[in-house]
Amino acid sequence: MTGNFNVSSSPHVRDNSSTANIMKDVCIAMIPTLAFGCFQFGLSALIVVIGTVIACVLAEYLYEKLMKKPITIGDFSAVVTGLILALNMPPQIPVWMPILGGVFAIIVVKQLYGGLGQNFMNPALAARCFLLISFAGAMTNFSSVAMNYDSSSTATPLASLKAIGIENAMEKYNMLNIFLGRIPGTIGEVSTIALLIGALYLVVRKVISLRIPLVYIATVAVFVFIFGDHNPTTVLYHIISGGLIFGAFFMATDYVSSPVTKKGQIYFAIFIGILTGLFRLFGGNAEGVSYAIIIGNIVAPLIEKSTLPKAFGREAKKA
Amino acid sequence: MGLATFIGGVHPYEGKELSMEHPITVLQPKGVEMVFPLSQHIGAPAKPLVAVGDEVLVGQIIAEAGGFISANVISSVSGKVKKIEPRRVANGSMVNSIIIEDNKEYNAIEGFGEKRDYIRLSKDKIRKIVKDAGIVGLGGAGFPTHVKISPKNEDEINYIIVNGAECEPYLTSDYRLMMEEPKKIIEGLKIILQLFPNATGIIGIENNKPKAIEKLKAFAQNEPKIEVVELYTKYPQGGERSLIYACTKRKLNSSLLPADVGCIVDNVDTVVSIYNAVAESTPLIRRILTVTGDAITTPQNFNVRTGTNYQELIEAAGGFKEEPRKILSGGPMMGQALFTLDIPVTKASSSITTFLHDEVEENPETPCIKCGRCIDVCPSYLVPVLMMEKALNDDTEGFEKLNGMECVECGSCAYVCPAKRPLTQGFKYMRQAVAAKRRAEAAKKEVK
Repeated sequence: MTGNFNVSSSPHVRDNSSTANIMKDVCIAMIPTLAFGCFQFGLSALIVVIGTVIACVLAEYLYEKLMKKPITIGDFSAVVTGLILALNMPPQIPVWMPILGGVFAIIVVKQLYGGLGQNFMNPALAARCFLLISFAGAMTNFSSVAMNYDSSSTATPLASLKAIGIENAMEKYNMLNIFLGRIPGTIGEVSTIALLIGALYLVVRKVISLRIPLVYIATVAVFVFIFGDHNPTTVLYHIISGGLIFGAFFMATDYVSSPVTKKGQIYFAIFIGILTGLFRLFGGNAEGVSYAIIIGNIVAPLIEKSTLPKAFGREAKKA
Repeated sequence: MGLATFIGGVHPYEGKELSMEHPITVLQPKGVEMVFPLSQHIGAPAKPLVAVGDEVLVGQIIAEAGGFISANVISSVSGKVKKIEPRRVANGSMVNSIIIEDNKEYNAIEGFGEKRDYIRLSKDKIRKIVKDAGIVGLGGAGFPTHVKISPKNEDEINYIIVNGAECEPYLTSDYRLMMEEPKKIIEGLKIILQLFPNATGIIGIENNKPKAIEKLKAFAQNEPKIEVVELYTKYPQGGERSLIYACTKRKLNSSLLPADVGCIVDNVDTVVSIYNAVAESTPLIRRILTVTGDAITTPQNFNVRTGTNYQELIEAAGGFKEEPRKILSGGPMMGQALFTLDIPVTKASSSITTFLHDEVEENPETPCIKCGRCIDVCPSYLVPVLMMEKALNDDTEGFEKLNGMECVECGSCAYVCPAKRPLTQGFKYMRQAVAAKRRAEAAKKEVK
């Protein structure tokens, strides 16, 4: 019997994972922090989120349409880029800025380098840094934030820490408020607890491993302890405020722009941890996560190359 | 303590429940044309000893080993040699084959089936019997067994590992054999142990086959030199390197043979074949195959004569429920896709797996997102994601630098890939290219 049978190389079965499912999981993991951000900062935050996501998806669609490439918006990667970028925005920013950022992320950082899987930097972070440089004022202005809690503060906890020291900063924002997210900051970075819920989901779903986030956070902690004021409270303050938790679990773990080898991921995490500590303690800005990660992204291929695992049985010799 | 296993691997759907409770059915060929390819093993093709028109008997050597690494081919029927011509085999290629017209009388050679007291046989005699019987590794690779059991220094062999893992999904032939012929497995292992004074026997079985473990443990109870090891169920647990590591914690790479680390690994079916040849004067003329998958009416296990047409096995299993989309010789992880069923059962055949749906076709390839899952599952600790870049660029040098030749082509990386990339296919292609390059370089050196 000779029939119409398919012939292909083994293996002939595939598990049920897919790129789209992974991206959807990342989107689901951002729901808690997204919900908290919109609850705390109100409608303006929601507009920023929706605007940025639409900009990213539309930019991808139009680019691929114009270039006569297959349309890949169904893989949800543009949605993830849009969400991460939006969550990195101050809630009161004029919405055209993150829209411009979204277009930059998709067209310049992702598509021009070959699309999904080819970008050497995290598109959302590259766009954030692009916006930080272009619109420094709007990107760091948290003063006009009409927050859903009683506070007249204008500076973020990290900026306060840098300006007035740990004791005064603690008076302004205590640990519990920072942990819950009742502080000024970007839409997605404020609530540690909401971020950790999402991170837990990603770990349970095996989308990310804890290798990069834990080593990254630990490195920042050690760095801040040694080169800062040797105060454990300051260390904790550094960990839960600013974008460190968001960056560690949602941005440094980006598959495409971080090393793929296990050992490489550890070195990468240590590297961006040191950079973050440097930028935060000695830089002009209070923040440092975004720049640290994109510099890490640039070094990632090199780290990868020098951390290839030893093949099974390489050391074996004839008995 | 956890169960013996290795690092990496995957857990595909096992599909063994379809056929595992069906006892082995002995099937006699219906058709008259029996096909015996001269290459059913690793190594040089066998050389025909018969000519067209010759009468042959069951158990007769019709082609002899064509080199040091090669194996005899034995007729499974009696009848007349009709033709010697290229025929299609499971891997799609045409292989020179001896075609015998089965006279259905099954007249055997002299001494066929005679019982022998193997304890009295010398080591050389045992090795000769195994060689004459045309026995090769029946786990799929087809490495000539007489070569395997003749290492340079037999004193340095510490373990004879019997592979009863059967980690390939859907396959149940080894399981049935363990359930139905446990005594032959133990006796066969004792024959091999007789060759190696410093070796102990290990029978490794995955823990998804508790009845087989129980059965063999019972039979091994009074055998001081034989131990049954329960293995954690994970693919590719039955891969040679993975199995050796799980049972002994010894590691080997592509440049070494198991004997180099003091181990010899034989599939359970191979061990039974050794028993049949040595103790019952029956050379390798039969194979146990699982005919299974969701397209088959009654999935089950058959004991058939080598040379039987695949089509006959499908018919014996009740035919197809519906037109299958894909038919495999072997299981879903390492099997060969077939475009025709007009091929013979050979020593390397283990199953016919039929599917109504082709998951490869239904999961189109998308760009790699570097998630690294392929690295997590690779039993050889390789970096498939980077190896695939080299494969796509036809960069054999880069592929070798990434230790691509250590790939065992188990398919775990392609199985887990969320972007559904044909990683294993790329590696098979590259490994062949590198091997060809190495051969060409070696030939050049010789000329100089």
